[in-house]
Amino acid sequence: MNHFELFDITPVYALDLADLQLRYRKLQQAMHPDRFANASERDKLLAVQRTSQLNDAYHTLRDPLLRAEYIVSLRGVDMQHEQKTLQDPEFLMAQMAWRERVEELNVGDFAAIDEAFADLERETKLLQNTLEQQIEANANEEAADTIRKLKFMQKLGRELEALEDE
Amino acid sequence: MAYSQKVIDHYENPRNVGAFDKDDHSIATGMVGAPACGDVMKLQLKISDAGIIEDAKFKTYGCGSAIASSSLVTEWVKGKSVEEASQLKNTQIAEELALPPVKIHCSILAEDAIKAALEDYKKKHAG
Repeated sequence: MNHFELFDITPVYALDLADLQLRYRKLQQAMHPDRFANASERDKLLAVQRTSQLNDAYHTLRDPLLRAEYIVSLRGVDMQHEQKTLQDPEFLMAQMAWRERVEELNVGDFAAIDEAFADLERETKLLQNTLEQQIEANANEEAADTIRKLKFMQKLGRELEALEDE
Repeated sequence: MAYSQKVIDHYENPRNVGAFDKDDHSIATGMVGAPACGDVMKLQLKISDAGIIEDAKFKTYGCGSAIASSSLVTEWVKGKSVEEASQLKNTQIAEELALPPVKIHCSILAEDAIKAALEDYKKKHAG
């Protein structure tokens, strides 16, 4: 049973997260190990396994990037352990410029950091829209490339967050 | 994770950091990125008319191993012919720097950066 089947939902990228959460809570209650307190050892163990499977599925589907990666993996593109490099000069140039921008940001300059966050979010949104179309069109290799790009954006987001927290 | 002494040395004293003018016809530029960790690497080679790599510079945003890998290759390719440089393998980089398995992708990144730069060289000198 794959993660989508577990929640009994259609495998799409644009998921209704509120609905997913509701389904998660219901299943979580139904599978809770406490309900199996008087069950056999074997059933107890099964309940624990199912709960961890459920948590794993929820964790994957809730996150847009992990969800996208999971969808393309169901379609045969496994990106999990890939060591492939990305060689899109235009995108990488933009990444270099981004890194330089982040490097020059000063800790505590919240206005500049917020502006960077807003720009990053805008660019991320564009990539996510592209990704959604690619997944819908079953263009899985292209979708995989967009997922790779989104990973760079995610990394940038983490660096900005680190600046904000310092 | 413990870095090897050679990684630390290259990380603390990176060789050949910087950039050349990418529009100069003797300059070949290779840009690569590693999605798994978000590292970005730019490697530039100054190649003579005879096809010898006279100088190399890099700029890498990434972990210590990625910086060390790119720093090392700029040292290695200097004085080599385009043909020789294209033979360089990531395993040689990983071995020299004693990279642990989880950091092998950093050496792959450096190998691919050279290949991308040599590709750019070919493009510039085609026809």
